[in-house]
Parts: sequence; structure tokens; C-alpha cells
Amino acid sequence: MAGEPLLKVQGVETYYGNIRALDGVNVEVNKGEIVSLIGANGAGKSTLMMTICGSPQARKGQVIFDGEDITQVPTHLIARRRIAQSPEGRRIFPRMTVHENLQMGAGLDNLKYFKEDVEKIFTLFPRLKERQAQRGGTLSGGEQQMLSIGRALMARPKLLLLDEPSLGLAPLIVKGIFEAIKKLNKEEGLTVFLVEQNAFAALKLSDRAYVMVNGKVTMSGSGKELLANPEVRAAYLEGGRH
Amino acid sequence: MATVSETVPNNVMAKAIKEGIFAGVIAFLMFSLFVGIETYQDINNQLVWRTRWGLLAVFVAVAAVGRFMTVAFIKPHLDRRKLAKAKAGILEISEEKSFFHRHFLKFALVFLLIYPFLSLLIVGKQGSLKYVDNFGIQILIYVMLAWGLNIVVGLAGLLDLGYVAFYAVGAYSYALLSSYFGFSFWLLLPMSGILAALWGVILGFPVLRLRGDYLAIVTLAFGEIIRLVLINWTDVTKGTFGISGIAKASFFGIWSFDTGSPNNFVKAWGLSASSVYYKIFLFYIILALCMLTAYVTIRLRRMPIGRAWEALREDEIACRSLGINTVTTKLTAFATGAMFGGFAGSFFATRQGFVSPESFVFLESAVILAIVVLGGMGSLTGIAIAAVIMVGGTEILREMSFLKIIFGPDFTPELYRMLLFGLAMIIVMLFKPRGFVGSREPTAFLKERKAISGSFTKEGHG
Repeated sequence: MAGEPLLKVQGVETYYGNIRALDGVNVEVNKGEIVSLIGANGAGKSTLMMTICGSPQARKGQVIFDGEDITQVPTHLIARRRIAQSPEGRRIFPRMTVHENLQMGAGLDNLKYFKEDVEKIFTLFPRLKERQAQRGGTLSGGEQQMLSIGRALMARPKLLLLDEPSLGLAPLIVKGIFEAIKKLNKEEGLTVFLVEQNAFAALKLSDRAYVMVNGKVTMSGSGKELLANPEVRAAYLEGGRH
Repeated sequence: MATVSETVPNNVMAKAIKEGIFAGVIAFLMFSLFVGIETYQDINNQLVWRTRWGLLAVFVAVAAVGRFMTVAFIKPHLDRRKLAKAKAGILEISEEKSFFHRHFLKFALVFLLIYPFLSLLIVGKQGSLKYVDNFGIQILIYVMLAWGLNIVVGLAGLLDLGYVAFYAVGAYSYALLSSYFGFSFWLLLPMSGILAALWGVILGFPVLRLRGDYLAIVTLAFGEIIRLVLINWTDVTKGTFGISGIAKASFFGIWSFDTGSPNNFVKAWGLSASSVYYKIFLFYIILALCMLTAYVTIRLRRMPIGRAWEALREDEIACRSLGINTVTTKLTAFATGAMFGGFAGSFFATRQGFVSPESFVFLESAVILAIVVLGGMGSLTGIAIAAVIMVGGTEILREMSFLKIIFGPDFTPELYRMLLFGLAMIIVMLFKPRGFVGSREPTAFLKERKAISGSFTKEGHG
């Protein structure tokens, strides 16, 4: 983990019209880490994720990925630098089959590694294998989330961005998905940046974490530290414990 | 469901009478001004009105009795049948399809190939002029236009209300270049396609950021702009007079179809003079152009660009985050769709021998779009069926002169073509909300393709 971090967000400010959604955010993600970002609704978590992807672009500050400034790079070119995203609300292609959805994810390499990668996804999420000829829109919420993550993984990402993978899912399915993320991180050294409302599960999973309030990062530390922190416990964990 | 079979007839009758009266009242309110009162100009050129209570009564009676019959007899009958089927354990979609259903496309193609000769055989030369030209060519032009628009609307999901503009560009490209420079059809056909594609890109650029309703409005304006330019640029386009005497297509430069020409096709083959040969030739050209459109569409859907179009229709944000350049994707969709519109346009010009801005009004765009929607966006088969029904239906209306006996000598059935469109729209949307062929056929398969291929109406397989 020596040297430059894989992703470095420096003093980023993002605006929606005149409204400042991010106010000087600094975040670093090192290679091989799982880093999570927790915070309340409207704190700017998803905005940070979208800013990393260049839509909307940051008005101030820099996003540096793999040593290169990508702040002004268009979204589709950022994706081609292998930052894959499972966006908020999953955003799978509902009228396409599971198989086709995965194909869309593998488009960058022109399907060169498609066969082996798709097998890997199917071992990770066996449910998708059963459903491969089914239309994306007919899947259950959990399966759609698996598909969304699977599609992102098909791009062979250097960095995987996950925006609220637990949204609207039963605890058991969330557990399964988080275990899959952990496995990918351990076995393949995949770097993951995770945005979560479900603070307890996210902090337990993560190497490090940031807490965001009103567009600013207010706290950071290792997952364990934040789990033990009384302020974090009071704001995000008590009563919401699984 | 079990309680449905034990409906009390009295109850149903009461309900039917109530709904019948209700429908009658609504019909009376709706039609009392439209149908009950008619305005006309008298001898002194004054606008006066008279009442048509008889006709109004017919309208109201049809609505009331129709509703009554539906509720009292037709609906219970359908329910009973459904129940009986469910009891017998027959699924709505049976696994085995009939032989005809499975080979429908092959049958259709063979029929189209022999269609001109079939009509020659059955109704003779003079009679088949109508069937080849009015039905065959006319329908195939719309099939081609609708398939072209399908690329923009059905695949890429960009609502284009000005598609007729590209049709106009193609037609005028051929008309102008052939009458000013004397270029041949076979040279100008690809050229008009390219020119139309260019205009597609020109339209595409300013509307890249727009979606849905906003895009629809801008494309609508674009269609009108092209038409107004054609009307007002009189030096070149001769305005509303149009361009006439457009050269006929030649038989690949070998034989000509001009009667004065020395290597006239009819003379060369020693046939008796008739324009039907030219029409048959045109029929095969437009059939070939349609096949080309279908082939390109099917091929493109399996290629990265086609998949990008479909992904764009589903979710633009997801597309971008997967590394798809949405700008080029949209532009290629516009350009490809426009190109086929251009082909159809130049074919239209050579077939008519005359073009004027009147052929390219908004109504044409609306009709083409209606065909795409009715057919089921994205489905080639469905769109072709919709074109046959809608355009063929219009032509059949022309034939229904016997209706004059019922509705009086002033009745012109062609004028009711929009009524037919509206009716078809409502019926299809009620019973098949996604069009004739509503489900999208996947383009990629992990196992054997046979497992799904040919199944147009099922969700997935197994």
C-alpha cells in the first residue's frame, strides 16, 4: 500500500445549479482496500460517487485515479479507465436478458474475456446463472443488485464503486452480497469504494471508512475504530443494528 | 375466480341495462354537436346550420346497444371460456406452435416473391396494376419507412416526430439531381441515402442533450422546417408546384422503361405494351430495399453498436457508466434511420415521377410512427404486420364504394382513414398494450440459440 493511492479525491466541490452538494471533500482509496462512505440521507454520498464518474463534474478540486487527473474527463472515458460502477437504484437494463446485461458490462474488451468472466460471475452469484435467459426487469430486487454488481465486474475493474448495494433488500440477501464483495477483495485484490446507509454492515466489511455530513467528510478511520466511536454509534448505529 | 361462474343472470342484466343507458347518454353528449348539427353554406354564401337528429339517434343507439351487448352477453361468454380453459388446464401460451406459426416468415417471403405474378395470373395485366402498385408497393414503402424509424424509436428509444423530413430529403435528392444533372436511379439511390444520413447527423447534433418529449418537439420542428424550405426555396424546388417528369428507374442500365427509348424493356422482350412490367420491377426493388433494411437491422442488433442502441433506450446513465459513448451512439442511430428514410424517399420519387412538399406533411410522420408503435417497438415482424393492416386498410377503404349506398352519395370512404387508424390504435392498445409483437427477442444466447429463437411471444425459455 506504499506510494500513491489508487483514487484520490482532493478538495472536491460539486454543485447542482447554485446548490453546493459537496464542500471540499478529501477521500483516498488505496489499492486492495475496501473503503466505505457512510452518512445520512442527503449528505452527498451518491454525489461524491457520481462526481468520481464525472457526472456531474467537480467545479473545484481534483479527482486523481491511478496517478492521472480525471476531473474533466467525460463519463464514458472514465469508465474505460476501468472504474466500474454499480449505480444507485441498480440501473440494470430491464428489457434485456441477464446474459445480455452482462455482455453490456464486458463491452470494453470487445467480449474477449467474456466466457471466463461470466463463469466467474456465475460462481459468485449462482442465482444469476439460473436466471440468465430471463429479462432483467423480471428479477427480484436482490437478483437485480447481483446483476448490477456482476455487470460492473464484467468490465474487469481496477476500482469498483458500489452505491447502496443494500438498498431495499432483506438482511439475508445483503449479507450474501457483502460476503461476495469481501470474497472478491480477498481473492482477487479488488479495490472497492462503497457508499452505504447500512452503516453497521458497511463498517464491519471495510478496511477504512469515512463519515459524511452535509457535503463534508467529518470523520475517518478504520472500520473498527468507527464502529467503536460513540458519536458514530449514536448517529448511525443505535437502533439500526442488525 | 370460482365465483364468476355463479353469476346471477338478473344481476348481469340490470348492470348491462344501466351501462347501456350510460353509454347512450355519453354518446349523446359527445355527438350532439359533432353529428347532430351540421353547418353548410347556402346559396347566399351564408353559413347556416341544420340538425341531423336521425343520424345522431343512430350513433347513440349503436353506442347504447353495443355496450349493453358487451356487458350482457359477450363478456360473460368470454369469462366462461377462460374459466373452462383454466379448468381444463390449457395454458394461454402453449409450448407447441403450429407449423404455420413457426415458418411464418418463410411463408411471407415466398408469398411476396410470387405476389406480382400471382396477381397477374388472377386479375390480368390491367387489374394487377392496382394490386401491385396500390397495395404491394405502397405497403412496402411504409414497411421500409417504419423499419427505418424503428431503428431510431424502437431500438435507440429516441422519439422522432419528424422522420418524414429524411423521406423528403431522399425524394428531393433524387428528383433534383436527376432532373438537373441527369444522374441515374442506381447512382442516386445510395447518394440520397447518404445525404439523408448527413441530415440525420445535422439533426442529431443539436438534440443530443434532449430526451423524451423535448426531443419529440424538436424533431417535429425539424420535419416542418424541411417542408417549409421545400415550399419556399422556389428557385430550386419549384415550391408547391413540385418537380414532375422525374426519370424512371432503369433495369440496371440494360433496359429502359421509357416508352420512347430504343432499348425499351417491353419491346426488347417482345411483350405487349403495359405499364405493369415497370410496376412489377419497382415492386421487386422496394422488396429488395426492405430486405436490406431488415438484414441490416438484424445484423446491427447483434453488433456492439446495436446493443449500445438498445442499452441507450433502457438507461442512458447506466450506458455512460459502462463506457458507452452516448453521443456517437445517438448520432449513428439518427444517421442509420435517416439513411433508410432517404432510400425510401428516392424510391418514392422514381415511382411517382412527381414530388411536392405536400407528400411530406407531419401526418406522414405520425402515420409511420403509429405503425411502429402498433407493431410493437423494435419488432420487425410486428411492424410489417401493422403496415399491412394500416396502409392496406386505407387502400381497401378506397375500394368500398358500396358504402355509398348506405351513407349516401356524398360519402367518401378514404376520408375515414384516420378513423381507422384511431380505432386500430385503441383496439391494439387495449388488447396488446405493447403492440402486435410486444416482447423483445434477445440477441445473445449462452446455450443453443434454438432454445429461444423463433419464440416471439414468450418470456425467456424453460
